[in-house]
Amino acid sequence: MAILIDRHTRVITQGITGKTGQFHTRQCREYAFGKDCFVAGVNPKKAGEDFEGIPVFATVEEAKRMTGATVSVIYVPPAYAAAAIDEAVEAGLDLVICITEGIPVRDMLRTRARMHGKKTLLIGPNCPGIITPGELKIGIMPGIIHQPGRIGVVSRSGTLTYEAVAQLSELGLGQSTCIGIGGDPINGLKHKDVLKLFNEDSRTDAVLMVGEIGGTDEEECARWVKAYMKKPVVGFIAGTTAPPGKRMGHAGAIIAGGKGTAQEKIEVMEACGIRVTRNPAEMGKLLKSMI
Amino acid sequence: MKIHEYQAKAILCRYGVSVPAGIACFSVEEAVLAAEKLAGDRWVVKAQIYAGGRGKAGGVKLAKSVAEVRQFAEAMLFAPLVTHQTGPQGRIVHRLYIEQGVEISHEYYLALVVDRAMQCVSLIASEAGGMDIEQVAAGTPEKIHKIRIDPLTGLSPQDAEKIVCEINLPELCRSAAITMLGELYRAFDENDASLLEINPLIVTPDNRLIALDAKINFDDNALFRHPEIAALRDPDEEDPLEVEASKYGLSYIPLDGDIGCLVNGAGLAMATMDIIKLYGGNPANFLDVGGGATVEKVTEAFKLMLKNPDLQAILVNIFGGIMRCDVIAEGVVAAAREVELAVPLIVRLEGTSVELGKKILAESGLTVISAGNMADAARKVVDAAARHRAEAAIREG
Repeated sequence: MAILIDRHTRVITQGITGKTGQFHTRQCREYAFGKDCFVAGVNPKKAGEDFEGIPVFATVEEAKRMTGATVSVIYVPPAYAAAAIDEAVEAGLDLVICITEGIPVRDMLRTRARMHGKKTLLIGPNCPGIITPGELKIGIMPGIIHQPGRIGVVSRSGTLTYEAVAQLSELGLGQSTCIGIGGDPINGLKHKDVLKLFNEDSRTDAVLMVGEIGGTDEEECARWVKAYMKKPVVGFIAGTTAPPGKRMGHAGAIIAGGKGTAQEKIEVMEACGIRVTRNPAEMGKLLKSMI
Repeated sequence: MKIHEYQAKAILCRYGVSVPAGIACFSVEEAVLAAEKLAGDRWVVKAQIYAGGRGKAGGVKLAKSVAEVRQFAEAMLFAPLVTHQTGPQGRIVHRLYIEQGVEISHEYYLALVVDRAMQCVSLIASEAGGMDIEQVAAGTPEKIHKIRIDPLTGLSPQDAEKIVCEINLPELCRSAAITMLGELYRAFDENDASLLEINPLIVTPDNRLIALDAKINFDDNALFRHPEIAALRDPDEEDPLEVEASKYGLSYIPLDGDIGCLVNGAGLAMATMDIIKLYGGNPANFLDVGGGATVEKVTEAFKLMLKNPDLQAILVNIFGGIMRCDVIAEGVVAAAREVELAVPLIVRLEGTSVELGKKILAESGLTVISAGNMADAARKVVDAAARHRAEAAIREG
């Protein structure tokens, strides 16, 4: 199976009664096996109702117990989103995908600390989600640009991920799973965690990793790749032209204290055996040349 | 979000941290009155701008008489202050802070910061205070001490004691310092700060601890629960174009090039700037229209870019996901009509409803250069900008 999700995954939508939650749940159900996979929604005030046939429960715990779902996706507004993650972790889900953008850092720091020692994995927040093409899409990415195949994609960004995926599909390179890990400084899975999963996945042959300025996740991932990765990895880092001290849209995309520059990341990645293109139009082409 | 030094000190005061007596002033007369009111025989005149590096740039002066306070205030107020953080144009000083002079026996460095690598808040301290901490970190890293703070339990007195000893604070100050560190963390946490820096924290000859400077940055995502902090925002310190953009939900940062770019998504927006540079051009801005762009937002985005007198061409690069390309195309057509576009416009559309989007552009009667992919778009916009500049030069003779 690709990584983390496939057609057998059963999903709860937290925030299913909001406009965003409804729109994207509908889109996700229309994609591949989505109709079978989205089995529950959560809203304490609307328990007992349903959204287009999907039952709404009062709590994640109840939704899990009644439907057997092991994954949730969160569209809850920023002020309540960290509490929604906490609830999913407490209910013992395997995976939580938090789409919500703009969660206070202080909330995420506490939520991350509470997750310590728990089995739940977190993707996001502030991310497009995860898709295993041809099987299941959980998130806000356009399903149509993806093709089933054997390339893993991991990225901190949204539309730049779509760009990367579209380039791969155009060259006939389908994807095993694509994950947007999000643009916030405090988040769940990092590049390194996702590459570990791709490394072990028998249906992934190579990985395209898209990073951006800020933090040191890409460097840490590169060092791990050098030591353990058995499959080719190619990369691109956005923000070579970004000025220091300016937050480039994402809360995490900022060059601070001289750290987190694109140049620095590219140098470490190349030194660790990752082929990096400076040209965002050639991410797919570079990957094709490696396999 | 940033605030001024005097505002940061007022917050620290509420948490029991000692700061020198001081008064914020908006005119020379106010500065003179402040000095008289503060008494003493020495005052520090401090320019209040958000950027750091004020001391070395002449933005902090020690006055030994009220006449000197007047003289420094006259020189600083309404004049640009250029520090290594302001850029060459500097920032105009609109506010001063007049403080009582304090005797210093040693300077230390303290900071609380959101530490991404450790996914926690870290306390950083050094006995090499008063200097640029990045230089200390580079030159004498052994002088920097760091403790990670558990978000669920806060800063423990044991950890506070450990760091107080590591930076060699005089024994007579240690107990007060441990209490102060606990309060600083509480100030950081309760106010949703992202950075709290005291540089220097000083010890006086009679062993008192005083925060001589203070800097606090706040998490923008949390301002909704701190209206009193949001109200401190000083529009004089912000780029008017960035402020204007944020009103429309646009993320806009002016740069010094001549090719405007309008993109959906921050990552793709950065990548678009990068590819323009790679093909020999210079981006004039970062501009992310976000996920829910409307005709109005796109129009405002065009207006912002066109305020730049150097602008030679515009590249619109949209990868439609939730955002449909036909909506963007309609926005572009409406905007181009409203603003009477005088520079070449290159549009690259991809993703949801791309065919309909292209059709709308083609039938609009606008002169739009369409591009098939990012490389094609970058090549075309760099060429168009160069040609436009050359034509303008010819027209001007």
